[in-house]
Amino acid sequence: MATNFVIEGLKAEIEGKEILKGINLEMKGGEIHAIMGPNGTGKSTLASALMGHPKYEVTDGTATLDGEDLLEMGVDERALAGLFLAMQYPSEIAGVTNSDFLRSAINARRGEGNEISLIKFIRQMESSMKGLEMNPEFAHRYLNEGFSGGEKKRNEILQMMMLDPKIVILDEIDSGLDIDALRIVAAGVNEMRSEDRGFLIITHYQRLLNYITPDFVHVMMQGRIVKSGGPELAARLEQDGYDWIKEELGITDETVGQEQEA
Amino acid sequence: MTLQTILPVQAAQIKEWAEARSEAAWLTERRLQALELAASLELPKPEKTKLDRWDLSAYGAFKSVAKTASREELPAATKEFIEEGTHNLIVQHNSGVVYTELSEELRAKGVIFTDLETAAREHEVLVKKHLGTAVKTSEHQVSALHYAAWTGGVFLYVPKNVELEVPLQAVFLTDDASATFAPHILVVADANSRVTYVDNYVSTGLDGKVLHNGVVEVIALDGAKVQYATVHQFGKEVTDLSYRRALLSNDADIEWIVGEMNDGDTIADTATSLNGNGTHSDAKIIAIGSGTQKLNFTTRAVHFGKSSESDMFTRAVMREEAQSIINGITKIEHGATKANGQQTEKVLMLSPAARGDANPILLIDEDDVMAGHAASVGKVNPEQVYYLMSRGISKVDAERLIIYGFLAPIIAEIPLELLRTRLQRIVERKLGQ
Repeated sequence: MATNFVIEGLKAEIEGKEILKGINLEMKGGEIHAIMGPNGTGKSTLASALMGHPKYEVTDGTATLDGEDLLEMGVDERALAGLFLAMQYPSEIAGVTNSDFLRSAINARRGEGNEISLIKFIRQMESSMKGLEMNPEFAHRYLNEGFSGGEKKRNEILQMMMLDPKIVILDEIDSGLDIDALRIVAAGVNEMRSEDRGFLIITHYQRLLNYITPDFVHVMMQGRIVKSGGPELAARLEQDGYDWIKEELGITDETVGQEQEA
Repeated sequence: MTLQTILPVQAAQIKEWAEARSEAAWLTERRLQALELAASLELPKPEKTKLDRWDLSAYGAFKSVAKTASREELPAATKEFIEEGTHNLIVQHNSGVVYTELSEELRAKGVIFTDLETAAREHEVLVKKHLGTAVKTSEHQVSALHYAAWTGGVFLYVPKNVELEVPLQAVFLTDDASATFAPHILVVADANSRVTYVDNYVSTGLDGKVLHNGVVEVIALDGAKVQYATVHQFGKEVTDLSYRRALLSNDADIEWIVGEMNDGDTIADTATSLNGNGTHSDAKIIAIGSGTQKLNFTTRAVHFGKSSESDMFTRAVMREEAQSIINGITKIEHGATKANGQQTEKVLMLSPAARGDANPILLIDEDDVMAGHAASVGKVNPEQVYYLMSRGISKVDAERLIIYGFLAPIIAEIPLELLRTRLQRIVERKLGQ
């Protein structure tokens, strides 16, 4: 069955402040969607609300993956259903090695009695790390602890590669990356492109889209998708910025919930 | 005015016991003096713990135990702790040591490894010289009563320049609530020697309360290096009072590795006196509290020597209604120039009814030193749980990973693989998983 991810009328708030004011989006396997927009317009909130971050409360709307209601599920169940969020600020967890963590995550999918063999796991991890030009010692380092910004982002992509999700949300994966890292991360994403996998790329720079060509581009302002188009929309945004959209739509302040979001 | 304290140990008992075991007169004399002193001494006063409200009476009576001829006949509860290939082992069962083994190789090097009662007879000069020098009889009523009532125990002597690769091991078991259980461990590492000693304290099948009043003394002479690992995992019936103290001469080094895994109330005080110049003390403590345990853990480093260094790390996890006070005391005396004392206490709280109090205390009487402390008490971070869950890991497993991760930096530092894996298992049990 082809992957089908549908968001309808999604509203969410944080600490009583509504940030998402009704998001509609449909994605199919094989598609790459980009959500662009200036800071503070609700892009990352959309990512966190879909994953189920405890601070965000969904107040209305639905999000289904292959017909299953994600919003009814716990965070872990959403992941097992096939959702993956590469986070903007991944947590650091001392004492838990990267490889122990990843193995637990893989085994959570495989279930008891069907755990991945250590050898197979190590081989997989080593080869994925090699592709991302990560130092092998990162397998034994504590999860994200003391990682640079770029190393954390690569580690997110590593997890994506190993967990084989259906829908991947990349939240500002390009922030804090130098051009080499950006190229490597993009190559990782491109390698994972497939007919059964959809990508939702959240960014406020166009530069990532030079490496990963989206099929659809959406612009978010004031907690809504205000404009959608093809890759040409991203090119226009790169050239002209966002002001023309604001003018077109009569928006003066594009942000939502004030300084809520970086 | 004299205040009559009713002591849980009687002089008549001590005399009778000494006679039955043909104890050296000097030792019996010391016991009786300690008992007399106990009557006039007060209980210790660990920070924020009112010991006078604890029941500290369960000393039991001295009871003879028969020696065990072979390892196979040892109580089952002790066997699981014994390293497969070890040839250097002491097992104490209630009031007395029942099994002693020392390899020919170590014997030939002049190593002494025997119960302290035997050592007091056979190595009188050594024992007399060092017994009671690190933990003094006169410190408080508990130490005085210990010196009056100790039985069994371990004496380990490593001669000058002897470096031992294999760890020596001891296991202490209490399973008779009516028997005194108060081992004393005395380790003397002579100049430039090196030794690792590992022990386990366990209880099983108790039908009443037991007080473990235990003392550990480590005397590390010039340039000696001692690694001391101890894991306490007494059941609920045992109240554990443990005072551990190391005295370091010039350039000596002690590494304490302590697992506080009891199910009963516990006072544990692990201290190093850095008497010599260039000394180094490292203490790593992991503790887990559960049920309604009352716990007070103190690590202490007292610097006298110049360029002496101490590090103390405590990581504690408190579940259910466990109440814990965790103290780190770094004291740098006047004249201990270039000393460096660092300490960290971290407590992870798993339940709103648990209590964890971390008290870093720096007492510094010298200007030319470095000292630092860090303490934190926190809960499992919900952001971290969310992050792990977002990869498909269940909440229970996510929390388990985080709790183990909290203890891992200390467990990972444990130099012996077997102890490391065993401690991991005890941690699992104690965390109820």
